[in-house]
Amino acid sequence: MSAAPVVLAATLPPPQTPPVEYSSISPILIVLGLAFVGILVEAFAASSARRAIQPVLAVLGFVAAFVAVVLLHSRRATLVSGALAIDGPTLFMQGTILLFAVLAVMLVAERRLDSSGGAIVAAAAITPGEPGSTAMQTSKAMQTEVYPLMAFSVAGMLLFVGSNDLLVMFIALEILSLPLYLLCGLARRRRLLSQEAALKYFLLGAFSSAFFLYGVAMIYGFAGTVRLGEIADATGTVGENDLYLYLGVALLAVGFFFKIGAAPFHSWTPDVYQGAPTPITAFMAAGTKVAAFGALLRVFYVALGGLRWDWRPVIWGVAILTMIVGAVLALTQRDIKRMLAYSAIAHAGFLLVGLAGTNADGLSGSMFYLVTYGFTTIAAFAVVSLVRTGDGEASDLSQWQGLGRTSPMLAGIFAFLLLALAGIPLTSGFTGKFAVFQAAISGDATPLVVVALVCSAVAAFFYVRVIVLMFFSDPPADGPVVVTQPSLTYATAGVGAIVTLLLGVVPQPLLDLASHAAASGFVR
Amino acid sequence: MSAGLPTVLAAATPEHGGPVHYAAASGAFSLTWLLIVLPLAGAAVLLLGGRRTDRFGHIVGTLAAAASFVVGLVVFFALVGKNGDERAFSQHLFAWVPVNDFQVDVGLLVDQLSIVFVLLITGVGTLIHIYSIGYMAHDPNRRKFFAYMNLFLASMLLLVLGNNFLVLYAGWELVGLSSFLLIKFWEYKPAAATAANKAFYMNRVGDVGLALAIMFMFATLGSTNYDDVFTAAAGGVLGYGILTAIALLLLLGACGKSGQFPLQAWLPDAMEGPTPISALIHAATMVTAGVYLIARAAPIFNETQAARTVVLIIGAVTLVIGCVIGCAYDDIKKVLAYSTVSQIGYMFLAVGLGPAGYALGIAHLLAHGFFKAGLFLGSGSVIHAMKDEQDMRKYGGLWKYMKVTWVTFGLGYLAIIGLPPFSGFFTKDKIIETAFAKGGTSGTIYGLVALLGAGITAFYMTRLFLMTFHGKPRWESTSRIGSADPAGTPEGENAQHPHESPATMTLPMIVLAVGSVAAGALFIVGGTLSDFLAPVLGHHAGEHHGLDPWVVTLLTLVVSVGGLAGAFLRYQVRPVAAVAPTDAEVSPLTVAARHDLYANTFNEAAFMIPGNYLTRFLVWFDKIIVDGLVGGTAAAIGGLSGRLRRTQTGYVRTYALSMLGGTILVIGALLLVRVG
Repeated sequence: MSAAPVVLAATLPPPQTPPVEYSSISPILIVLGLAFVGILVEAFAASSARRAIQPVLAVLGFVAAFVAVVLLHSRRATLVSGALAIDGPTLFMQGTILLFAVLAVMLVAERRLDSSGGAIVAAAAITPGEPGSTAMQTSKAMQTEVYPLMAFSVAGMLLFVGSNDLLVMFIALEILSLPLYLLCGLARRRRLLSQEAALKYFLLGAFSSAFFLYGVAMIYGFAGTVRLGEIADATGTVGENDLYLYLGVALLAVGFFFKIGAAPFHSWTPDVYQGAPTPITAFMAAGTKVAAFGALLRVFYVALGGLRWDWRPVIWGVAILTMIVGAVLALTQRDIKRMLAYSAIAHAGFLLVGLAGTNADGLSGSMFYLVTYGFTTIAAFAVVSLVRTGDGEASDLSQWQGLGRTSPMLAGIFAFLLLALAGIPLTSGFTGKFAVFQAAISGDATPLVVVALVCSAVAAFFYVRVIVLMFFSDPPADGPVVVTQPSLTYATAGVGAIVTLLLGVVPQPLLDLASHAAASGFVR
Repeated sequence: MSAGLPTVLAAATPEHGGPVHYAAASGAFSLTWLLIVLPLAGAAVLLLGGRRTDRFGHIVGTLAAAASFVVGLVVFFALVGKNGDERAFSQHLFAWVPVNDFQVDVGLLVDQLSIVFVLLITGVGTLIHIYSIGYMAHDPNRRKFFAYMNLFLASMLLLVLGNNFLVLYAGWELVGLSSFLLIKFWEYKPAAATAANKAFYMNRVGDVGLALAIMFMFATLGSTNYDDVFTAAAGGVLGYGILTAIALLLLLGACGKSGQFPLQAWLPDAMEGPTPISALIHAATMVTAGVYLIARAAPIFNETQAARTVVLIIGAVTLVIGCVIGCAYDDIKKVLAYSTVSQIGYMFLAVGLGPAGYALGIAHLLAHGFFKAGLFLGSGSVIHAMKDEQDMRKYGGLWKYMKVTWVTFGLGYLAIIGLPPFSGFFTKDKIIETAFAKGGTSGTIYGLVALLGAGITAFYMTRLFLMTFHGKPRWESTSRIGSADPAGTPEGENAQHPHESPATMTLPMIVLAVGSVAAGALFIVGGTLSDFLAPVLGHHAGEHHGLDPWVVTLLTLVVSVGGLAGAFLRYQVRPVAAVAPTDAEVSPLTVAARHDLYANTFNEAAFMIPGNYLTRFLVWFDKIIVDGLVGGTAAAIGGLSGRLRRTQTGYVRTYALSMLGGTILVIGALLLVRVG
């Protein structure tokens, strides 16, 4: 009997474990480790201690991961038997995501804006209307699981931009999405809206994940592989069953379009952005966009690069529709968070313009744009969470009237950020748009750029309208309270505004970095 | 010299004259920049210091001007110490526009021409600063007044000291700015504000000409440095057409700044400014910038007979216009303003005569700077004494009450009408002489026009002098008529108590009167000034075609005395009415002259009314078409937004359906591509 295992071992070949280059995936490992440590802290630390420990831990973890990314800056390889890729774009996007994560943690950790304990709910399980639900609003407690959840989501994002394999990519998509669904439901105020947002995001996210997975299956059916590089090889040989290929491309694209919020897959965006806690909205608007675009760019450039003439028209159509929907629908919004959500949709359209150029400039331009947009939008949401009434944020536009008179500093910062979103020179919004549009023009997408410029003009209208509202109308008698004492949120808004200004005035270092990262291209 | 011009230099042939070159400034000449910086610093201190400097502002301003004058003297004597041909020094200050092929440096040029202007500007400027201390004593904004005057001095010095046309242009615009600020100094008076705007607009017309001329130089030569441009002009590198175009555009600029036909209408209105400003800017210095420009650009005008002819015609026409209108006005400052227009006409006539006349034009300009500034200061003294009354019909017999003003004004008056041995006699007589000497029919015509002008000048200036200082006092009677009690003492509101002005005002008047007496002989006798300026403006061989100089002098004297006598009979022997006769009682020419020979009417009909209609049309176009288009588009997009918004129902099922629809579209599109 004792020999049996020996026999088995002798007859079966030893399991093939792929070599794992731990150092090269250290950013992902660090963030995942952070998430697990966070869970342990949740289990063993007291409630009040958790509120202090978790944010510090999270910032340290994200910064450590960022340092790891910086140390890896020259690494170019495929890892884990080709399941992951580490290259310029991967590292650029991973670094960007980690920076945004740090800023988002600062917003989440803010507890001084309200008499209560910040933007995150005290106890998520208590539904509105239950006894104690009102008391929860002003409770000092906080659902500190938000930090490990964010860490998981960030880990998923890091993995998403580094996946060289459609299945790994799908898993990464789920890792990043599932925590986000939960995070959306954690708003302290307007619980119903928040929970509705979480549920909508979850349902529609699941719907789109299904499309994505179905697309993966179709492509496997065509190519017999899920490795991006091998798919590219397969598309070179036109087979009988290329119907599967095209179906697969379409369904994969839908998955990405959903995640970046492109029309007509955008309808979740305003509802979710409005309902989610504002720090989480900022995190989603900046971080998720980078991750989704990173993966999208990799799939379209690496696996489907040979088909670019086939998918270009679709990108054109979606880009045009997205820009129009974002710019036009933002016009009639009354809620500042919804307006910023539609602005995010319009910006997704502008980013797709960069992709439509289908050249290396488009890649570096898109990466640059993602950085500029992320900092600006995080700062904008930070400002939104500073303008408050007695029961939460003053998100209705009418409450922002005359803000320029009552708190000129904050209104000035917000006006500057809005100008950046509109793409006015001397802001990063201009340099970003310029980089992307220039790439599109050199990639023969001039008509698309014309549409983009018209949409920018339309969009400028509603940004400027807010500025006019703030500076040229009288403040209402019962105006919102602006929290002007120093706070993490104010600092975040300041950092975002400064970066917006710096990248608007001296964009060259970052442009060089982006084009350096893009120059070596994607590894296969 | 810019590196872009080797071809130009190579092409310069001896028959046209050698290349122009300026030595680098050193020693006393490296102080040149101080000339400009001192008044500029004064202006900066007064403007930035604000109300804190109210108490001593006028002192600071005057000291800045005086210091600049002293530096000017130092530079002048250093210059005189050099040999005649070595008296041009260029000082490079900094690179202004260093863009690839487009290089403009800011540099200063001290030569014989610029130094005489420097002395005139800072000398007369300092005197008028001193005068203004008294004149503006009661004005709450006196500090600002001095700040603007200092700014003007700095700008005017920049204009004459620049070593290229672009620096000149900067100074040109800056004097325009200071002129604008000072005309509307009493901006609570609507007339002053309007006059400032009018001066601004009309100068714009001229400035466009100057700007275009500079652009022409850039386009054809790639440089605006005087040495490059003049070398090229003298070397025959530029075609006759281009040269003439540049010259005519420069002339347009000169006409605007100097109030010459057809851009003369702003200058009389500019008299709404404080009187010291009328004396400094609108008589002695700024308005003569046009003459400076033409004299400075002498190498260009030398090459184009056509442009010189235009200069002559403009000078002759303006000269007559100015005199004729000067006879019709009763406002003392308006008469003096038209007299300025007319005298600058003489200067234009002189510089239009080419190398024979440049130095004469400058000589008349300098002499005019003295006597006209003196006349204006005298009129200011009178106006000051008469409670801001400017109507000469309400003066009369003032000589008894203000002796210093009477004497100094009288000397200026004798100078302007050109009786020997006063300065105007020498300078004006020379111009008339040279006009006749031009020869041919045209020479005779210009000479006769100038002669006629001298006669009319004598007439209207005598009229002014007699109406103001002699005859029966008409101001007492005015006050009695205005008083409720006809027999009562003149203590009504209009009662006048003429008195002499304080020493700060009379002292500059005395100095200027001395200048009016002495300047002409100093400049003209023995050809002092023309020899001094010869290296810049060219030598003139003394060939005569026309009348003998003594005949001309005699003729001039006869005509002038005739004008004087006519005015004496009309305004001294016969009493002057305290109220001007109505238009119906005077000749059609007087009516026309009273209406500025319809220059304003013409301008209104030809430019203002069409301009207004154009503006109205553009406003209409902007409102209806442009705004309509924009507004309409905005409304359409807004409507679209409102409609699209309804698709955002908030129901997950709708969202899922739209996603499904989108998916089908994407699949369809890709399959379409595949089939295609």
